[in-house]
Order: sequence, then C-alpha cells, then structure tokens
Amino acid sequence: MAKMTMIEAIRSAMDVSMGRDDNVVVFGEDVGFFGGVFRCTHGLQQKYGVSRCFDAPISEAGIVGTAIGMAAYGLRPCIEIQFADYMYPAYDQIVSEAARLRYRSAGDFTCPLVIRMPTGGGIFGGQTHSQSPEALFTHVSGLKTIVPSNPYDAKGLLIAAIEDPDPVIFLEPKRLYNGPFDGHHDRPVTAWSKHELSEVPEGHYTVPLGKAVTRREGGAVTILAYGTMVHVALAAAEDTGIDAEIIDLRTLVPLDLEAIVTSVSKTGRCIVLHEATLTSGFGGELAALVQEHCFYHLEAPVMRVTGWDTPYPHAQEWDYFPGPARLGQALRDIMEAR
Amino acid sequence: MAVAARKSKAPAQPKAAARPAKATPASSNIATFTREEDLHAYREMLLIRRFEEKAGQMYGMGLIGGFCHLYIGQEAVVIGMQMASKDGDQVITGYRDHGHMLACGMESRGVMAELTGRRGGYSRGKGGSMHMFSREKNFYGGHGIVGAQVSLGTGLAFADWYRGDNTVSMTYFGDGAANQGQVYESFNMAKLWKLPVVFVIENNRYAMGTAVNRASAQTDFSKRGVSFGIPGEQVDGMDVRAVREAGLRAIEHARSGKGPYILEMQTYRYRGHSMSDPAKYRSKDEVQRMREEHDPIEQVRARLVRDFKIGEDDLKAIDAKVREIVNDAAEFATHDPEPDPSELFTDILLEPAQG
Ligand SMILES: Cc1ncc(C[n+]2csc(CCOP(=O)(O)OP(=O)(O)O)c2C)c(N)n1
Ligand SMILES: [Mg+2]
Repeated sequence: MAKMTMIEAIRSAMDVSMGRDDNVVVFGEDVGFFGGVFRCTHGLQQKYGVSRCFDAPISEAGIVGTAIGMAAYGLRPCIEIQFADYMYPAYDQIVSEAARLRYRSAGDFTCPLVIRMPTGGGIFGGQTHSQSPEALFTHVSGLKTIVPSNPYDAKGLLIAAIEDPDPVIFLEPKRLYNGPFDGHHDRPVTAWSKHELSEVPEGHYTVPLGKAVTRREGGAVTILAYGTMVHVALAAAEDTGIDAEIIDLRTLVPLDLEAIVTSVSKTGRCIVLHEATLTSGFGGELAALVQEHCFYHLEAPVMRVTGWDTPYPHAQEWDYFPGPARLGQALRDIMEAR
Repeated sequence: MAVAARKSKAPAQPKAAARPAKATPASSNIATFTREEDLHAYREMLLIRRFEEKAGQMYGMGLIGGFCHLYIGQEAVVIGMQMASKDGDQVITGYRDHGHMLACGMESRGVMAELTGRRGGYSRGKGGSMHMFSREKNFYGGHGIVGAQVSLGTGLAFADWYRGDNTVSMTYFGDGAANQGQVYESFNMAKLWKLPVVFVIENNRYAMGTAVNRASAQTDFSKRGVSFGIPGEQVDGMDVRAVREAGLRAIEHARSGKGPYILEMQTYRYRGHSMSDPAKYRSKDEVQRMREEHDPIEQVRARLVRDFKIGEDDLKAIDAKVREIVNDAAEFATHDPEPDPSELFTDILLEPAQG
C-alpha cells in the first residue's frame, strides 16, 4: 500500500497496465515528453519508451480516430483528451465509430479503448474548461462511462477499463486530483493523504465496472452522486445533520440499479446530485429509474440538485457550482415534503 | 496475446527541438518605417507589453483566477498586421487574445476587468481571459477551443465577400492549432470560394509544452496551404516592419478577390503557456537569447534613438503614458463590482428557456 493522490493513482493504473500488457499504449496532447498537463502520465515515456507513451498533435478527432483503428487491430490504447471540453471535435469518432464497431461488425471487431478526460469545474476554468459532459456519453449505446471519486477507485476502475473489451469513457473530476474537494471553497484545501481512500495498492487490482458503493449509511434520504459530488454530499449530510445515505455510483454505464433500488426502498426519499446542467442530464435518467422501480416506496418526489442550465461562468463560479449549501437546502426541503 | 512492442521504431519523436526555418528572403528586404510609424508601433507594442506584465502581477496577487495566457514577445505580429489593415477588417483569434484586443483599440479597462471577472469586463465577467468580443472594434473573439476560430474567420470572410464590403478577415491561430482538421476544411473552402481571408499563423515554436517538431510533420507553416493552392510566406514576426510589409501583401491579395493567403509569423512567447507552466520544455538560455537579440520593442526603440534621434526623455514620457493607462485599468478592474447575481442566467438565449 502507498498513499496516492488521484493523479498518482491514475498514473499507477497506466503504469501497471503497460507493465503487464505490451498492447497498452498511452498518448495525447502533451502526454509524452511533458507528462500531461495534470502530470497523469509523468515518467511513463521514460519508462516505456516513445512507442508506447507519446505526444499527439492538437487533433482530437484524429487522436480518437487513430486510437479506434489501433484498438480494432488488437492494441489497447488509453488516450487522454486534455480537458473533456476539447472532446467535441472527436465526438463523431466516439459516437459513430468507437461505440458502433462491435454492433456494426456483428462482433467481429471490437474497440477496447479508454478515453480519459478531466471534467468539472471549481478551478475558474469558465465555459471551456469546466464542463461535465457525462450525459453526452451515457446517451450513446455502446459506450461505458466511469466517474471515480477517490484514488483507490480511480486506479482500480482505470485498470478494469483498460482490460475491458469495449470502449470506456473515463471522466476524471479535476477538482479531485489533489484532494477530496467537498464544495466548501472558502476553507483550506485538504490533501488526499489524510483520506483513507488514498491508501492504494501499488500493484494490480481492479474495481469492477457496474458496482456502486455506499459511502455513508443512513435512513432518512438517499443521495445518488458520483465524482466530486460524493464529497459534497458527505459535507451536506454533516452540515445539516440529516441522516442521508450516500451512494457513490462510480460507473454510470453499466449502472448498479440494484444498489439504488435497495437504498431508496429503504429511505423512501431520493436526491440526485450532479455538477452538470439540469436539463437532459444523467440525473433525469436516475430520477426516472427511481420512479419506475421505487414508486411505491417514495414519500416525496425525487429531487435533482445540479448545475444551472447555463454555460459554466467565469465569474460567479460558486453560484453555479451545486455545493453543500444548495444540497443542504434540498435535504431540508425533501425531509419536509410529503 | 501480447505482441512485442515496437521499441525501435517509434512514432518518430525528434530528439532535439529543431529550429524553424529562417524567414524567407521576402522579409529580409524590409521597407523602412517613418518616424511616425516607428513611434506608433513603439507605443502600441509597449501598451501590450505593460498590460500583460500587469496582468501577470495581478494573477500573482490572486486578483485574476483560472486561465491567463500572456502575449509578451509576440507584440510585433498583431501590431504590424493592424498597421497593414483598414477600418472594418475583422480580427479573430484564440485564447492568447489580450494583445489583439488592445491592438483593435479595445479599452484596457474593459479587458482587464474581464480578466478579474468584473461587471465592467467586455463579457461582463462571464467570459474571462479567453472570451471577449467587440462588435464596435470588429473583434470577433477570444476563443478557448484551439482551432475553432479558423472556421469562424473563414465564415467572416464569406460574409465580407457576400456583403461586398471590401473588408478582409484576419484569422489568427497558433502552430499547435494548425494541426486541427477543421483548419484544412477551412483552407479548402476559403480557396474554393476565393474568400478574403488572411490566415495568420503565429508560430511561437511551442504549443504548451510541445515543441513544433514534436507535433508537426511539416514545420514550414507557410506551406500548409500548398495543396489547396493558397500562397504563403514565412515572416520575421519579431520585426514589426517585416510584419506590416507581408501583411500589406497578403491583405491586398485577399481584398482584390484573389482568395486566401497564409502568413507564418515566426515569433516567440517569453512567458509560460499560461500562468501555471513549469517551462521545463525549453532552456532559460533560449528564452534569454530571444529577449536579448530579437525583442520586437527593443528593435524599434533602438531605431528611434539611432535613426530618429528620439531622446531618452521622450521615450520615458511614452512609457509613463502607457503605464498610466495600464495602472488605471488595473485600478478599475480591482474595484469594479462583480457581476450582479442575475447575470448568471442572462445571454443564453434571447428568451430565457422555460425551466
Ligand atoms: C480543442 C482543444 N484542444 C486542446 C486545447 C488545450 N490547449 C490550449 S492552448 C494549447 C496549445 C496551443 O498552441 P498554439 O496553437 O501553438 O498556440 P500558443 O499557445 O502557442 O499561442 C492547447 C493544447 C484546447 N484549448 N482546445
Ligand atoms: Mg504556439
């Protein structure tokens, strides 16, 4: 075991995977020589050589497209899109090619590809460096989508993703890279080293895709969250004293429906939480599933706490961010509703 | 099934950072500037330099947050091009945009206040360093997504042609941006439709931490339009006279209906890519050499003293004027209030969506 930040855990996952399988290659903008703008690939080029960890030009469509070709012929590319916000030129390749290769070839070809992308705000990145586009991927059949909330999960999930036979979108909440940010932006930053989930095995292990985990047990209300919002949920439960059960979904597709149904059936109340915009967000899907599967257990309408339906602002970042205060208010409201 | 990884044959990653080719002779035979032209270039470039230095300081003080890309070292490019352009010509660029805005005549106050996220900023604090616009000054942004502005600039040129305004679109992008696919889609359309656009490629040798030769198969960017039949030339982008000279040629070509033109401006950024750049990808020596031997502002200053006998006092007076403008902008951007909370929901659609 070693203490790792999220960055170190992600790097370790790639390191372990490259060490075990020569077919794993890592590339992207500034990924090789420079080691990645967030340092996630630091040292990998020195260790595995320039044929396995290398720089790509600023050509997102080309990066993803070539990776799909590599994957079709047996490689396992784990590529980085520097910020999820830069993904859009590559979206066509992701949707029309990566997600469809297995279906289109009736299983003759597959696309064992991982696309890593930093997501989310909280770093004053404004509209082009803060987005959370997970729903753009979960909406597409043929993709898996992962959002880890801590170093231990990040490493185990990333190794599982690299070993997965299908294309996986791996979204890394950048605000969690160096510490477990809970939305209290006015308080000093905490480091991962103080958090138990920064204890990470140095070698190989996996965290299975499609398995949620309960971060806090409670009887009053279920909060469904992932990524940064898991920490926001923990803070809001503490701030309000409301006995919330907090489910960290970890993977959105495949989704651990059983964990959701079990918890909401128990608590009878549910808040869905994400940083992405509200309309057509993944929270809408979660709310619908809860309604379909837990209707007769519900004591209050399902609530969504999310980013606003606006671009991510430059100023007023904390008015946009669904932090513990906004969630706390929703918790109080849902406990009164019936 | 593991295959032996190709250890010897890499997707070739060059060892040492190769130097870009020297500027072609076209720019070695440079027309001289008059005294007034040199004074103008000096003032304008100095304003950008001092503005950017101040922005860097304010970032360090925590008054500016997030992303902030300084233009220091590249001043001659945008000033030379503006000296070659006419009123009504449009400018569009990426995120390293403060210099372009000042060169277009936008107010220092409004630019600085946007950096600090205040209501007096050009995008009322919502855009930040990378996203500002001015219809009045024909500045079309300010775009954070690398390469996206190249297609927009091509569309501006279509509108120029369509409306018969005899105006030209000056579309700026970097050496890194030049590898985006849509750049070539735009080149094709621009030539196909003979659009009045000058593509100004600011080759400052690096895209973030990636040297040009690590990311580009063709490092002579003036040749990037060859297969479309778009003429191009390499220009000493540290010499404002060379820039204006080439700019006049390119703009005249575009304005006269001959279609697009490419100018590769060979330039250099002194500072890091953004404010959090460890700068481990180049030597201090390299930066120092460029500053000492090629500084665009020093070149003009030397000419002013040597050829036009401008005295130290006059130069100091110019500097003091420029500092006054910049200090005033900083003062404004520090004390201007943050946007009203209701601003969070404005300017998304003309009519707010039902929600
Ligand atoms: C589509 C997209 N991909 C990647 C980025 C991240 N990025 C921002 S600037 C930059 C380097 C661009 O270099 P260049 O075009 O040479 O301009 P310079 O910074 O040198 O002015 C990169 C990779 C981005 N903003 N948008
Ligand atoms: Mg560059």
